[in-house]
Amino acid sequence: MADAHAAAYRRLYVWEFPVRLYHWVNAICVVLLIATGFIIGRPIPITYANEAYQQYWFGTVRFIHFVAAFVFFFNFLVRIYWGFVGNRYARWRNFIPVTRAQWQEMVEVLKVDILQTDIKERISIGHNALAGLIYFLSFLVFLFQAFTGFALYSSMSSSFLPRLFAWVVPLMGGDFAVRQWHHLFMWFFVVFIIIHVYLVFYHDYVEGRGTTSSMVGGWKFEREDRLNP
Amino acid sequence: MAETHPTLWQLMQSKGYSRREFLRFCGFAAAIAGIKGTGLAAVVEAFENKPRPPVVWMHFQECTCCSESFIRSSHPIVADILFDYLSLDYTETLQAAAGFQAEKCLEDTIKKYPGKYILLVEGSVPLKDDGVYCMIAGRTALDILHETAKDAAAIIAWGSCASNGCIQSARPNPTQATPIHKIVNRPVINVPGCPPIGDVMTAVVTHILVFGKMPELDSQGRPKEFYSRRVHDTCYRRPYYDAGLFVESWDDEKARKGYCLYKMGCRGPVTYNACSVTRWNEGTSYPIQSGHGCIGCSENGFWDNGPFYRHLAGFPGFGIETTADTIGTIVGVAAAAGVAAHAITTNIRKRKLISENIHESVNTKETGEGGEN
Repeated sequence: MADAHAAAYRRLYVWEFPVRLYHWVNAICVVLLIATGFIIGRPIPITYANEAYQQYWFGTVRFIHFVAAFVFFFNFLVRIYWGFVGNRYARWRNFIPVTRAQWQEMVEVLKVDILQTDIKERISIGHNALAGLIYFLSFLVFLFQAFTGFALYSSMSSSFLPRLFAWVVPLMGGDFAVRQWHHLFMWFFVVFIIIHVYLVFYHDYVEGRGTTSSMVGGWKFEREDRLNP
Repeated sequence: MAETHPTLWQLMQSKGYSRREFLRFCGFAAAIAGIKGTGLAAVVEAFENKPRPPVVWMHFQECTCCSESFIRSSHPIVADILFDYLSLDYTETLQAAAGFQAEKCLEDTIKKYPGKYILLVEGSVPLKDDGVYCMIAGRTALDILHETAKDAAAIIAWGSCASNGCIQSARPNPTQATPIHKIVNRPVINVPGCPPIGDVMTAVVTHILVFGKMPELDSQGRPKEFYSRRVHDTCYRRPYYDAGLFVESWDDEKARKGYCLYKMGCRGPVTYNACSVTRWNEGTSYPIQSGHGCIGCSENGFWDNGPFYRHLAGFPGFGIETTADTIGTIVGVAAAAGVAAHAITTNIRKRKLISENIHESVNTKETGEGGEN
């Protein structure tokens, strides 16, 4: 813990540019997708002064949803690629708990940060193991949304990519069911955003090492005596 | 076979139809079956020369609405397909024979024309308790289906019952009603709908007669010709959808103006059928044109996707009025509350740690130590 003498900090380049770019493109897409998705699910009543040939706003909302979906999907593919070539903090190993150390870290994070039964300072430089696992689960939800979304889109498209997912519709029992699940899993993103943004602020506040700004500039700060060589 | 089953042309001649009327019928049948203009000769050829195929039309767990729809096909002569052109050897609803005679007809057809007769099935088959919930002439539907399907040239599942189980298979499906394609181990043409459009049924049969093979099917076994597009895609109210002009409640001004019924739970956007193209009852209308949303009657499990007047289904296990949005909102609010509670807890539990950190940074500033390397 904090001793009387001040600690020396080292600046660490954690999030490489592709990771940061992925994060913000993803964030913008998700927000757009949620907003437009809500409107598509329940169109807002607007003033009905115009005739149908004078406006196209609902078509535009859907168009934004589809464009954002394509960007979201390819952006995610780039991130998967980066999971194999990026630095140690971006590697796929961070997201899949296979080692004993990762499971131990998860228990520790639960105790220290979530339940706060253990009051001490603990840090991970990149993702902690619990966050990694949550991100991995969210990647699965990304895929689920992409599969169901493209499946719904496939019947109005003759392009190659959406047609690849046409099989999802009969598998899930029809467009109605696919739409229902696509809609339900949208809420995952809402909940994810609430918790994710809060925890970033929490870590920044408690640990004071630039968690929030790290996703802008890529830098985090770590006490030298805690750094593993 | 040819001597007992004259061709359609022979039949029409004997009834006093002219060649012109025959050709008009061929043109109509070709158009409705989606056969392109150059294929008309094949249709004429088939109706002129091919002997009438025997047809066995089975009725299992159903309401006969498919039969009713079929005999209301638009063209007056199309109805004759049923009674004249197709040699209807067995159909419980329409046949003249009864009892042992009727069963003998079925037996004879299967024995006399193996691999030649067309099997049309209306209704689902119950599997529970050895299938005792649907018995005809002392035998289970399952038994009869296996026997008739074995040597059929083609099998068509009429309607949603035979294609996907329809209302009998709605939760909790007490008789374990099962669609035909899940029972017979052969390709089945699914023509879903409750009922399917009469003209679509005619067209499917016409296709088989003319080309002697199945029409092109999609991944769910439905003829692509009629089920590849959603009701929504060809709906005449579609422009209102894209313009964001929706009916907000029944009988409001927007309903009177004929705006899109999407918010009233119309299933057009998730339903694959030809209603908005062919329409019903000689092209008179279809549900949306009549001011009511589509209920998606040709889709799998549409009875369980209720309520019909809302676009999000009730969520199973959470009560009838619970939708995905209700659950989502509850979870979202819970997350926000949890986060707020956690923030408060943090400030209490980690009070000391945070103040130490602040203290440390203040010290650092004063002594000028540490900082960036």
